[in-house]
Amino acid sequence: MSALSDQLMTITTLVYLLAMIGHAVEYALGNSRARAVAAPARELVGAAVGAGSTPATRRDAPDLTAARPTVAATSTERTARRAELAGRVAVGLTALGAAAHLAGLVTRGLAADRMPWGNMYEFVLTVSFIGVAAWLVVLVKVPSLRRLGLFLTLVMVLLVATAELVLYTPIVPLVPALNSYWFIVHVSTIVFASGLFLLGVVPAAAYLMRAGYEQGKRSFPYTLAKRLPAAAGLERLTFVLHAFSFPIFTFAVIAGAIWAEAAWGRPWGWDPKETWAFISWVIYAGYLHARATPSVKRNVVAWLAILGFLTVLMNLFGVNIFFEGLHSYGGI
Amino acid sequence: MTAVDQRPVPAPAEPPRRRPNPLLALLRNSWRQLTSMRTALVLLFLLAVAAIPGSVLPQRGVNPEDVRDFFTAYPELAPWLDRIGAFEAFSSVWFSAIYLLLFTSLIGCITPRLVDHVRALRSRPPAVPKRLSRLPQHTVVPAPDGGVAAIAETLRRRRWRVVVRGDEVSAEKGYLKETGNLIFHSSMVLLLIGVALGSWYGWSGNRLLVAGADHVFCNTRQQYAEAKLGPRVGDDLPRFCMQLDEFDARFLPTGQPSYYQAKVTVDENGGAPRAAEFSVNSPLRLDGANVYLLGHGYAPVIRYTDRYGRSQTSAVPFLGTGDMGLTSEGLAAFPDANVDPATGERNRELQVAFDGLYLPTAPQQGPFTRSEHPTEQNPLLGLVAYQGNLGLDAGIPGSVYQLDQRQVRNGRLTEIGSRELRVGESWTLDDGSKVEFLGSEPYIVLSVRYDPGTNLLLISSVGLVLGLMGSLFVRRRRVFVRLLPTGSADPANGSPTGGSSLVEVGGLPRTEHPGFADEFAQLVAALRDDRPAGKTDDAPAAREGAE
Ligand code: HEM
Repeated sequence: MSALSDQLMTITTLVYLLAMIGHAVEYALGNSRARAVAAPARELVGAAVGAGSTPATRRDAPDLTAARPTVAATSTERTARRAELAGRVAVGLTALGAAAHLAGLVTRGLAADRMPWGNMYEFVLTVSFIGVAAWLVVLVKVPSLRRLGLFLTLVMVLLVATAELVLYTPIVPLVPALNSYWFIVHVSTIVFASGLFLLGVVPAAAYLMRAGYEQGKRSFPYTLAKRLPAAAGLERLTFVLHAFSFPIFTFAVIAGAIWAEAAWGRPWGWDPKETWAFISWVIYAGYLHARATPSVKRNVVAWLAILGFLTVLMNLFGVNIFFEGLHSYGGI
Repeated sequence: MTAVDQRPVPAPAEPPRRRPNPLLALLRNSWRQLTSMRTALVLLFLLAVAAIPGSVLPQRGVNPEDVRDFFTAYPELAPWLDRIGAFEAFSSVWFSAIYLLLFTSLIGCITPRLVDHVRALRSRPPAVPKRLSRLPQHTVVPAPDGGVAAIAETLRRRRWRVVVRGDEVSAEKGYLKETGNLIFHSSMVLLLIGVALGSWYGWSGNRLLVAGADHVFCNTRQQYAEAKLGPRVGDDLPRFCMQLDEFDARFLPTGQPSYYQAKVTVDENGGAPRAAEFSVNSPLRLDGANVYLLGHGYAPVIRYTDRYGRSQTSAVPFLGTGDMGLTSEGLAAFPDANVDPATGERNRELQVAFDGLYLPTAPQQGPFTRSEHPTEQNPLLGLVAYQGNLGLDAGIPGSVYQLDQRQVRNGRLTEIGSRELRVGESWTLDDGSKVEFLGSEPYIVLSVRYDPGTNLLLISSVGLVLGLMGSLFVRRRRVFVRLLPTGSADPANGSPTGGSSLVEVGGLPRTEHPGFADEFAQLVAALRDDRPAGKTDDAPAAREGAE
């Protein structure tokens, strides 16, 4: 069972890699197409309009209609169809990868006879699975976001490959300190919230590029955003994801404190893991605050979301590697 | 689209006749600055940044040994860092300053909002605006048969707060958003109070408890090797005594622990002794104190019979060296050995100590330096004997677990041989004295704590999460309904309404609310569904509001 889990995870990595290639192909083809033909403006109208009072969103619509009609219509049409196909295949592969990912986690859990969150390897794999699963849910609701898949699969490949190559640990049962039902409560919520934060970075980064693009910037990272949904919609999606995961994260940290009180005798002791969870929490509280403060630019707000995720990553990887604390039994 | 109900900035006062007191003006301005959202943001960010050193540098509260090591490694830098409180970062002046400012800002921010909100809760939804068509959502539909009363009833059933004024209905929903927000922010204050209570009235101490009736521990200040007492803790700690009867530790073949359980006998406040158990993750909760299991180890029992034939036995806790196999080190010191029974005089030069290495599972062959498993499968005690002045009377505090190496260096204490012993074996030294290894007792490391703030922390945490959910998931919105007089013109397109009566409905989300259009449509449908069946079919389709 343990070997099966390892094989499934290897397959997962490869499938995500293929999905990433698919998205890259779609992107490349789509770009050559955009140069040639006017494409239907797909955007997040549904999400943006509901904001109610905003005629402004109309102006945010992509300026694709400005593109010139073409000479070789047939060949570009074929390219367009190919791009579309590549994108769909990429999404299919992502779903396939997610299924293998889940199967890998389940078999690992069965092999270990416990939840698969006992060490960093398992932890990173679970967080990334939540990220990809949430992505697929978002994609079903807002299909026009498909192009963000390139960023998402990139992140997934990086995370899963790091877990495989650097963090891999054979299965062992839990040490007594982890043997508590708080383990499930605390870790599952942390994993869930981290997965959503991970996913939240994708529209945040996309927003930054798209907003720059809409302001007329045509240099490197901004050109990537040419065919992304409208900036306002991306920004909203970022907010929705964070607003959803922040209370879960808050709950997870509190559950950790309750557990720490039972295990170590104090709810909070500024152990490095706790300190970085505090930092992440404060940054995300800052994100929500900043978004509610009209005088703060939305760019700054998006950067705060990204910064928040960097601190989450620091907690996931950095703290286990660099610092020694009560949480260190997780092992690398 | 702004999500904040910015409180109206007080209108600039009448041009002052006298110059205002500059100090007062400065104070007022600073207060306004401090309680602004921007300041709160900056302070939040500072708080995050200020927490970083505490995770990078070793902290006394977390790991005092690491701080000592840091001092050795950076003798120049460390004292400077120490002076700015870097090794106790979370109680340092700068960290405290930031969070105290933040909480001042918080209180200054939520108090007026609390007042506003209470007022809003008690006031009624505002009158219907003149031109409903200007609202983001707007439609005109046939009126339900019950008229205004039926509309109000439908809205009330859907938990809207409703006011009927003549032919008009105003309704509002989502007050819970602001309520949640205020609960969330107030809970932060409560949380801080809980933390403060804990640090003032709480205490904690760590100690080691060897199994057996000879090692009963009673809770007094003196019993703790290291104790932390809040400034408001009185002299009396809660009275209880505890004896470790049995310690059950199980391990996997690899040496990884899988199970711990401590069985103890406790008596509280002079009551009858009772049996109790506790383990990692499930502390022993006593009256006014909780006992946590932090660690465990072995205390080899060593009997030393001195040259005059007097013997002393002690169970000496050996401390683990950190490996899986629980290889441990310890010191068995016998400062009272070799007292001449004839004179009763203590001869400092004849004090004896054994520096020991204990291997619970020694390898089959030497070198005997590392234990292979934490259980006692092949216990072996390696002893190095020292004779001379142990330096215990010199008044210099030394660790009870380590030999005073200064005494060795200056020649007052000399090594007189070494030997490995198995259980039951003895070793006769050159002076005719004898040391025996009788076996071992388990010991546990306890943390005994009391924190009066935990209940408050728990309550405020619940408030934190519930408040957050209210604040983030609830949306405040209003709907207005106006019954149009029969025969009047449809305000949307000017066509006459004919015989049937119509209602005009408008909706206004007061906070960002992408699903509002859907909710509005559903609500309008519900209002219409109140008509008797059959009539619905020929009703004109609801027109979405023109923006
Ligand atoms: C201890 C520091 C603080 C923390 C951790 C914190 C955290 C948060 C969080 C997470 C939110 C977003 C959730 C929500 O909408 O309720 C929020 C909202 C808000 N906070 Fe704070 N806050 C703090 C201090 C302050 C201060 C000092 C002010 C006043 C200047 C303030 C005013 C507000 C306001 C007005 C909102 C509502 C935003 C909206 O309508 O969405 N907060 N706060």
